[in-house]
Amino acid sequence: MSRLIVMLLAAIGLFCAVPSLAQEEQSTAPYAYRQLDDPAKEQQAQDLMETLRCLQCQGQSIADSDAPIAGSMRSLVRERIASGERPEEIRAWLIERYGDYVSYAPQLTSLTWPLFAVPLALVLLAFLLLRRRFRRGGDR
Amino acid sequence: MIAELGLAALWLAAALAALQLVSGALGLTPKGAALAGIVRPVAVVQGLLALTAFICLIYVFAVTDLSVKLVAMNSHSMKPLVFKIAGAWGNHEGSMLLWVTVMGMAGGVVALIERRLPERTMLATLAGQAFVSIGFYAFLLIASNPFERLSPTPVEGNGLNPLLQDLGLAFHPPTLYLGYVGLSVAFSFAIGALVTREVGPAFARAMRPWVLAAWIFLTAGIAAGSYWAYYELGWGGWWFWDPVENASLMPWLAATALLHSVSVLAARNALRAWTIMLGVVAFSMSMVGTFLVRSGILTSVHAFAVDPERGSFILVLLAIYIGGALTLFALRAGTVTEGERFALVSREGALVFNNVMLSAILGIVLFGTLYPLVAEAMGAKVSVGPPYFNPMGALFVVPMLVVLAVGPLLRWRNDRFGRVGGRLVIPAMLVAAGAMALLVMGGVSLLPFLGLVLAVGLAWASLLPLRERKLRRTPLAVWGMVMAHFGVAVSLFGMSSESAFSIEKLVAVNAGDTTEVGPWLVRLDGVEPVAGPNWTALEAQLKVRYKDADPVMVRPQSRSFWTPPQQTSESALLTRWNGQLYAVLGGEGEDGRWQLRLWWKPFVTLIWIGGLLIAFGGVLALIGRVKSDLRRIIARDRTADRRESQGR
Repeated sequence: MSRLIVMLLAAIGLFCAVPSLAQEEQSTAPYAYRQLDDPAKEQQAQDLMETLRCLQCQGQSIADSDAPIAGSMRSLVRERIASGERPEEIRAWLIERYGDYVSYAPQLTSLTWPLFAVPLALVLLAFLLLRRRFRRGGDR
Repeated sequence: MIAELGLAALWLAAALAALQLVSGALGLTPKGAALAGIVRPVAVVQGLLALTAFICLIYVFAVTDLSVKLVAMNSHSMKPLVFKIAGAWGNHEGSMLLWVTVMGMAGGVVALIERRLPERTMLATLAGQAFVSIGFYAFLLIASNPFERLSPTPVEGNGLNPLLQDLGLAFHPPTLYLGYVGLSVAFSFAIGALVTREVGPAFARAMRPWVLAAWIFLTAGIAAGSYWAYYELGWGGWWFWDPVENASLMPWLAATALLHSVSVLAARNALRAWTIMLGVVAFSMSMVGTFLVRSGILTSVHAFAVDPERGSFILVLLAIYIGGALTLFALRAGTVTEGERFALVSREGALVFNNVMLSAILGIVLFGTLYPLVAEAMGAKVSVGPPYFNPMGALFVVPMLVVLAVGPLLRWRNDRFGRVGGRLVIPAMLVAAGAMALLVMGGVSLLPFLGLVLAVGLAWASLLPLRERKLRRTPLAVWGMVMAHFGVAVSLFGMSSESAFSIEKLVAVNAGDTTEVGPWLVRLDGVEPVAGPNWTALEAQLKVRYKDADPVMVRPQSRSFWTPPQQTSESALLTRWNGQLYAVLGGEGEDGRWQLRLWWKPFVTLIWIGGLLIAFGGVLALIGRVKSDLRRIIARDRTADRRESQGR
C-alpha cells in the first residue's frame, strides 16, 4: 500500500517536476558546462572564473553558480582563454564592462587603497606592539 | 494558548532581567547591599522563563499551529517532523529567541555554580549579563515577536527554504549560537572585573570553562557549516569568504586568542588588560556577526532573513554594548596592570605573538568584510573575495603556524631556542622533504605549497609536547592542546590538498557512456524519477570504479521541492581514505545528453576531520580543567571542614 502511494507520488511529482525542469533556465552558451580540451588552459580559465562574481546571484563566483549569466560568463572566459588572451586582460575587460563589482580580486584604485594599506599597517602595528611589549618585559 | 504562554514567559523574563540589572547594580553600593541576595535566584528564574518561551515556540512549530504568523510564514504541515522543529530556529524571530534563551540559561548556570569569585565581581558580572539580555529581549518583544497571531488562520503554511531542509543545517545555527552567546558570559565577566578591578588567576579560572565551551561550539559550528556548504551548494566549494561565513569566523578568531590569553592569565597572572580586552572584543564580534547576518546588510548567499529595519535596531544595540564596554575599558584599563613580566622566548612570548597574529587576521577579515559597505557609501561597488583574503590572511597565518610548532615546547617565563632546537630537527626535515617533493612534482601554487609543507611539519611538532612525559600521567588539558594543534595541521593539509590537487570534470553523457575523473571511471547507467516526503527528484544512477576496485553505485539527484517551489541539486559523495568523489547531476541538454559535474578531491575530508579534532581537543581540555577545578574546590571544602572541627 505504502509503496503504491510512493509510486503515485512519484508519478504526480514527475508530472510537476518535468515542466519546471524544462522551465529552469540554463545557459546554452557553448562553454558554460564544457571544459576546454587543453588542461593547462582550462586550469587558467578555472582560476580566473573562481575570482569573478556572478552578478545575478548573491555572493557566489561564476564558477559556483547555475545562474544563466554565470554560465554565459564562464563560456566567455573559456572562449577568450582558448583564443590566447591572458586572464588579467579578460578581467580588465569585464571590469570595464560591469564595474569593479565583478572581480573578487580588488584592484588597486583611489577607492580601494585602504584594503591594501590596512594589512601593511597591521604588520607594522603588530611589530611595534611586540617590540614594545618585550622591550619592557625582556629583562629578567 | 501555548503561544500566549510563551509570550507571557518572554515578558516576565525581560522584567526579571531588568530586576537582575537593577538589584545587581544597587547591590554593589553600600545602601543597596540588601538587594544582593536576590540577584542569583533572579538570574536562574530568568533563564528558566526564557527556556519556557523557547519550548512553547518549538511546540507550536511541532504541531504546525498555523494561527501563529511565524509558523504560517516558515513551516508547512507536510514537512518531516525534525524539520518542523528545526524550523523553529530557522528564521529570524526564532533564532533571536534561541539567542536570548541561551543567554538567559548561561547567566542562570553562572549564578548557580560560580562561587570562586569575590561576590562583588559576581554581582557586577550578573548585572552585566542582564544588561546585555535586556537589549535583546527588547529587540524580540518590540521588533520581532515570534508569537504573533495571524487572523484569519491560513489553510497551509509557506514552507521552509529547501536549502535549509537538511539535517546538517538544522543543527548548525544552534551550535553557532551556543558559541556566540557563550562568549557573552566572557563579556560579562570582563565587565564585572572592570567594575570591581579584580583581575587575576581566580578570575581567569572562572572565565576559562566558558570561553572553552563557547570556542568548542564555534569550532564545531563552523566546521559543520562549511561541510554543509560543500555538499549542499553543489559546486564543491567549502569556504567562500562570504560575509556570513566571515561573521562566524571573526568571533572564532577572537575566542581562540582569548582562550590562549586566559590560560596565560590563569597560569602566570600575566596579560591581564589584554585578556579583558579580548573578552570584550570576542562577544562584540558575535554581535557584529549577528548584525551582519540578521540585517541582511551585505548581499550574501546566506542572507535568508533580510530586513534593514531590524538591522538598525541591532546596530543601536551594538553601539550601546560595544561602545559602552570599550568606554569602560578605556576608563579602567589604566588601573589594571599588565601583571607578571616575561621574555620574548618563552611560552608566554609565543602565546602573545600568536595572539597578535590572530588579532591581525581578525582585523583583515573584519576590514575586508565591511569595506564593500564603505565603498558603497562612497558611491562605488567593489567585491572583496578569496583573492584578497587568502594572501592577506597567509601573511599572518604562516608566521603563526611556525610559532605554533615551537611555542608549546618552550618553558614559561624565560627560555632559549637552543634548548628546544634539537627536537625540531625532524619537523624541519619533513618540511624540507615535502618542499622538495612538491617542487619536483611541480604545478602547485604558492599558498597550497606553503600549506602542505607547513602542515606536515606542524603535524609532527604538535605531538612533541607528549615526549618525555608519562602518557598516563599527562593532564587531559595537555592532551587537548596536542590534539587541537594536530587538528590544525590535519585541517590545513586538507585545505591545501583540495586546492592543489582537485580534478574537475564537466561532461555531457548519454546513458551507457563512461568518463574518467582522476583515478575514477564513471558510467551513467540511467536517470530515474524518485519521490521524497515533500519533493520529487531525477536521480542519476552512476556506476563508479576506483582504479581496479569493485564498482559502486552513487546517485546524485536534482530535486524539485513543492512548497516553496525550488530546485536543489543533491550531490553524491563517495568517501575513500584518500579523498572524495563528488558527483552532481545537471540538466538535460537538447540532444538528450545529461550534464554531469564530477570532482576528485584528494584528502578533502581532512578539512573537517581536522576541525573535529580541534573541537574534540577543546572538549578534552574542558573536561580536564573542570575536573581539576572540582578537585580544588573539594580540597578547599575539606580543609574548611577540618578547621571547623578543630576549632570546636
